[in-house]
Parts: sequence; C-alpha cells; structure tokens
Amino acid sequence: MHKHFLSIERLTQTFPDGKGGTLTVFENASFGIGKGEFVCILGHSGCGKSTIMNVLAGLSVPTSGVVKMDGVAVSGPSLDRGVVFQNYSLLPWLSALKNVTFGVKARYRDWSREKVLEHATKYLAMVGLEGDVIHRKPSQLSGGMRQRVSIARAFANQPKLLLLDEPFGALDALTRGTIQEELLKVWSQTEQTVFMITHDIDEAILLADRILLMTNGPFARVAESVEITISRPRTRTEIVDHPNYYAIRNHLVQFLGKRSRDLAGQRSEVESQSPDTVRIDLSETTPDPEPKPSPTRLKAVNG
Amino acid sequence: MQSLSVNKRAAILSFVMLVVILGVWEIAITRQVIGEALTEYEILMGLGQQRSAIPPPSDVMVKAWEQLSNPFYDAGPNDKGIGIQLAYSISRVLSGFGLAVLVAIPLGFLIGMSPVAYKALNPFIQVLRPISPLAWMPLALFIIQDANSSAIFVIFICSVWPMLLNTAFGVAGVRTDWVNVARTHELGSLRTALTVILPAAAPTILTGMRISIGIAWLVIVAAEMLVGGTGIGYYVWNEWNNLDLTSVIFSILMIGVVGMLLDAVFGTLQRAVTYAE
Repeated sequence: MHKHFLSIERLTQTFPDGKGGTLTVFENASFGIGKGEFVCILGHSGCGKSTIMNVLAGLSVPTSGVVKMDGVAVSGPSLDRGVVFQNYSLLPWLSALKNVTFGVKARYRDWSREKVLEHATKYLAMVGLEGDVIHRKPSQLSGGMRQRVSIARAFANQPKLLLLDEPFGALDALTRGTIQEELLKVWSQTEQTVFMITHDIDEAILLADRILLMTNGPFARVAESVEITISRPRTRTEIVDHPNYYAIRNHLVQFLGKRSRDLAGQRSEVESQSPDTVRIDLSETTPDPEPKPSPTRLKAVNG
Repeated sequence: MQSLSVNKRAAILSFVMLVVILGVWEIAITRQVIGEALTEYEILMGLGQQRSAIPPPSDVMVKAWEQLSNPFYDAGPNDKGIGIQLAYSISRVLSGFGLAVLVAIPLGFLIGMSPVAYKALNPFIQVLRPISPLAWMPLALFIIQDANSSAIFVIFICSVWPMLLNTAFGVAGVRTDWVNVARTHELGSLRTALTVILPAAAPTILTGMRISIGIAWLVIVAAEMLVGGTGIGYYVWNEWNNLDLTSVIFSILMIGVVGMLLDAVFGTLQRAVTYAE
C-alpha cells in the first residue's frame, strides 16, 4: 500500500455502554486518502461515521489508533483541516460575509482588511452568493444559502483537508442538486482533498473519486473502497447515462441493503483492516447490451 | 375608531384612563375638604387637618411644574432641586452597577465555562443571593465608614447576582457547534471568549444586566432613606418629615419615570445584541 496523504491507522473507538461495560463502535479501522482526492464514506446511522469525522477534525480523541496527515499525527483541531458541519454552524450574529471573513482572518492573521474582504467575497461568489445577499444574517438566508456560506467559509481557508459532515442532509432535493454541482465546481478549481460523510448514494457517486463503505456497528469497519469509474467533469443529468453508473449504484445498494448487515459484528482476525478495493468498470471491456450487471463481473482486488 | 391603528387606539385609551383617574382623585379630595362641617370631636382629634393634607393632582402638577422648571437649584443641604437629587441617586446606581459588571461578567464566564468552578462557587452564591441588600448596610457602614460608599456597596451587592447567574447561564448555553467553529479555526481562549462566546451569550447577559439595573433602582431609594444626605430616597423621606405630601407624590412619580428610562436604555441595548437563529 503506497503512502497516502492522509492515513488512518487502526482507529478504534469505544464508549461506555451505561451498564459498566464498553461499546465498541468501530475497531482497527484503517484507510488512506490521496492528495486531491474526493472520498465519500457511506454507512448506516450508528456505524461511527461522525465519530471518524470528529477524530479527523481533531475535535475528539479516539480510544486508540492514529490519524496522520502528511506523515504527522493529528492532535487537536487545526486550520489545516476545515470542517463543514451538517447544521451549517454559522455564527448567527454575523452576516454571511462576516462569517467568511471570520475564518479568513483566523487563517491569514497578517492580511489587510481589504485583502480579507476581497478573498471572502471571491469565495462567496464561487458558491453563487453575490450582491446584497452576503450582508444578510444567516437567519435571513434559506437553508441552501446558509450551507453555501458554510462551504465558502471552509474553502476560503484553503485547508489541506476539507471535512464535510453530511453537508446536504438538511436540504430539499432540488437545492441539494444545485449545491452539489456548485461544490463540484469549486472543488475542481481548488484541487482540494475532501472527505465527506453522506447517506445519499447518488450524491456519493456524483461527487466522489472513491466511496468507502462501512458495515453496521458495533464493531463497524470500513469494508470496501469502491472506485467511481466515471470520468469528470460530471453532471447529475449526464452520469445516469454512463454505463458504469447503475453497476456501481447497484453494488452500493446491495452493500447497504444486505451485506453491511451480514458483515456486521464480524471481528476480523487480521490486525489491520484495510478495505477491499472494488473497481467496477464496464466501459473498459466491450460494451454489454445486457443492462443488469451480474456480480460475477465485479472484480474485487485486494489493495 | 376602526380606521385608527392599534397604537393610536391604545394611546387614546391610555389618555382616557389617565383623565378618569386624575378626575376621580381630584373630586374625591376636594369633596373631603369642603365636605360637611367637622364635629367638635373631629376638630379636637385633628382629623380634618390630616385629610386635607392629601393633595389633589392639580397641586401635584403645580409642584411638578415648579420643580421641573428649575431642577438644579441648590439652596443648602435641606433644599436641593429634584434634578440634583436624581443625579446623586443615578450616579450611585451607576457606580455600584459598574462595579458589579466588572465582577459579575468575568466571574460569570469562569463559572459558565468550568463546571468545577460552578460547583465550587454555587453554595456561596445560593446563600448570599437571597440576602436583602439592605441587610448588608450596617456591616458596610461599619467596615467602609462612609455613608456614600456604603450605599454604592449595597447597589453593587444587589446587582451582582442576576448578572452573575445570567452570564454563567448564557456562557454555559453557547452551542457546541459555535465553540467547535472557534476550535477548528485555532482561536485561542481569549479570542474564543471575545469573538464567539461573548456575542453568543450577549442577549442572556444583557437580560441579567436589565434585571440588575431594575433592582438597583428599587434598592437605592431605600438605601438613601437610611444613609440620608442626598439622593431621591433621602428627598422622599425628608419631604415626609416636612409633611409635604405634594412633594412626596411628585418624587414618587419621578422615581417611576427614571426607572422606566433606565429600563428602556437596557432594553435598547438588549435588542441591539439579540440575534435570530
């Protein structure tokens, strides 16, 4: 396994179960993320996705295991790891613009006022917020606009790693679609490394280079790493026509619907549990007239 | 009537009520004074005189006009204008309140942010808080040995509790998400306190300050009745000793008006820092 930009090594998280014992949420979870990669993690509620996210952000400390970024172990929160929270986490007493400059000022302490303003305005414009809107308070913005501000704040800080915790979970489907495409646009301009939690399979396929699949907890683990073999740039309307789209989607649905449960609770004997790499690519082989891909055509390659 | 706005209709109603109350008061007093001739017994007991000493509103209005047209005159220690007396009271309230702010806000931050500090200080707060501020007066007079400073101390002690508890409550209730935003932006403790926790807790803190200033204004009247010398509380008591009930009623009204203005100032400040989530 080659050296990753971000490597998660044998991460274990246990909580007291309230009856004197301990509850292991996940155990020995190991995976890596390359520089500039967009990785989504999919799994049912309770499998510890958010816990992994908090550990990566440095907001909580795992029971055991380390997270290394650029070879250095993560300890505590850092401006190098930007976070977009599910509930936006904008400061309600500041305008949209001030919320972004709040972050920029923290990141670039020696910048002049003008430079901070210009930088913040640029990133707000990248997510489609311009003019009067940026002087409004979060309470005067729609949910979609708030999440845009939150994304602008995170990208404006140009962190080495961007963590997105179900950023579109609270939005309606139409707004979600628009912002997903905006996120893709901003991401393609910035070459940012992104790690994102989501519940939405289609969202994951649209955005990610790779999708990590988690089994159900307790003793959850990252079981598979599915490569998304759909070329970029992608749009929501075009990817559904891609020959690999439904094959990948079926694989993910099968995993979440059935295999995540079957694999749950299996404590593996091996010490390090790296996910199996799964690559589904129908376009490489001769185009198949048959619409349904059968499981035999999936190649599971141990990474 | 229907075409008028709610505010206008309410204003008209208020005015009507005022006129009715003053009218009833005026008529009731004048009737009593020029009523039936007093019996010999009543004259002997001096009852007639006492009754006629309650002034009708017209007298109070004349008094108010007289006082307010020259509020800052100073004709010796026993005869100062209402403006000077109020200024003394307000300056005492603001000094005591200011000291309370300096103590309550930082201490409230500490209690709000540290559960240990909260649990350690809570017994003291619970015992000291229900003590009537005036009960401190003898101790204050003995230790400080100065009437004016003792009055300020009493104001300090009565306004510190609501501010302290509200600050602690507001600081403890700041959403974890906002604190996490500060943490992921690598803000130090002081910057987090000033740029995230203070604005987040400001509405609750201002509520505490508003309650405090209200209590302080209630207490200063009583405190000044005790320490004497200057101030609106002393003025009320002095006019009572002079049996000048017109001045007593007028100063009661002035206490109400100043209290309302103080509350309005803090109400405005409160609205300025309130945010919608």
